[in-house]
Amino acid sequence: MTLSPPTAALGAEPGFIVQLDAFNGPLDLLLHLLREEQIEISDIPIARIADQFLRAIHQLGLNQAADYLEMAGRLLRLKAQMLLPRRSDDEGWEDPRHELVRRLLEYQQIREIAAWMERAAERRADQFPRGYLPPPPSLPEPPLTLDLLQLIRAVEEVIAAIPSPVLHRVVARPLNVEGATLRIEALLAEREQISWLEALGPRPTITDVLSTLLALLELARRGLLRLAQPAPFAPMVIARDATRPAD
Amino acid sequence: MTPLAQLIEAALFSAARPLTVEELQTLDAEATLADTRAALEQLREHYDFDGHSVELVEVAGGYQIVTRAAFAAAIERAQFGVRQPKLTAAALETLAVIAYRQPVGRAEIEEIRGVSAGGVLRTLQERSLIEVVGRGEAIGRPLLYGTTSSFLELLGLRDLAELPRAEELTIALHPHRLSTDGEDAAASVPAES
Repeated sequence: MTLSPPTAALGAEPGFIVQLDAFNGPLDLLLHLLREEQIEISDIPIARIADQFLRAIHQLGLNQAADYLEMAGRLLRLKAQMLLPRRSDDEGWEDPRHELVRRLLEYQQIREIAAWMERAAERRADQFPRGYLPPPPSLPEPPLTLDLLQLIRAVEEVIAAIPSPVLHRVVARPLNVEGATLRIEALLAEREQISWLEALGPRPTITDVLSTLLALLELARRGLLRLAQPAPFAPMVIARDATRPAD
Repeated sequence: MTPLAQLIEAALFSAARPLTVEELQTLDAEATLADTRAALEQLREHYDFDGHSVELVEVAGGYQIVTRAAFAAAIERAQFGVRQPKLTAAALETLAVIAYRQPVGRAEIEEIRGVSAGGVLRTLQERSLIEVVGRGEAIGRPLLYGTTSSFLELLGLRDLAELPRAEELTIALHPHRLSTDGEDAAASVPAES
């Protein structure tokens, strides 16, 4: 790519100093270039302006600023589009600069509003309301003064306070159906019938309950006992099967 | 001055923020809104015509007693009062976009200004000049920003309607005319390249 010769706006003019933060972004820089060249926004010579824009971001050291690079890319694409040959009677041709022109005008409008708002704020700043001090903002505490030992102790305390990760422990608790079967058979050997709670044994755990239930069902299936419930939700009655003697 | 006007003066003197007519009406159980407005008008005239160094202004939807601009320089020089810090160009541009497009998301602000806006938005939010007013429908449900009453106070505006309307600006966006210009410009392009 060939760069156009330095323009009056950038570089050539003596004493022209550009500060890094002199521009509020690529649109601002672009407007600046157009103003310097006294170019109508609606008829931007894209090729020239694209080259100048690239020169400017090089000279300003703005290469790192993504916002500027994005606009540089846009301008180069526009330049390429403008170079494409087209017939003069092409009705459907749409000026690729349209979008850029729209954005520039929109941005200029925002700039004008911003300037109006700045003047309004200036005027308002001349009017002092009643002296009122807002509560001071809560600032972070000043840096602590402590020695290394205190710091280490503090770190240890913090580490100690960290709860060890709670992992779910899976404990093998196999159902003891055989044990439950033996208990029920022993009980039925002594008495004609027992209750569900007696069958469970003292202080049953969830494993005991499940083991007992399975044992009861298995014994009932084998016809060794009868399960009966006199009424809905009534305690279950476990009875020795009358037709067979207990073992 | 009527007792109501005096009462209102005392209230405005004691308040740290502009007070609305509705708020001022609560000072006197028997006062109507019309009474309150009339009393405010009386207070304004009292300040304007009896040689007072303060005036009654309408700002951010309420009323406030402020010193006249003529005394600002002296007050500031003596460091009795501190002027609002000036806003940066970036902050002003961002505020302008938000004021006119609200509720507006960060992407639209960045598109209009051509630069990223995260830092400025945070600063403006810290100064309570803007606030999150909702979430957009776009992907990611972006935060939408709007201006606050502090924004109106900063500019000394009654409400947003006091901002210049688009047709009052020298550069007004006229989409129709813009497209015609574009076609004219297109016709002259080959001469350039």
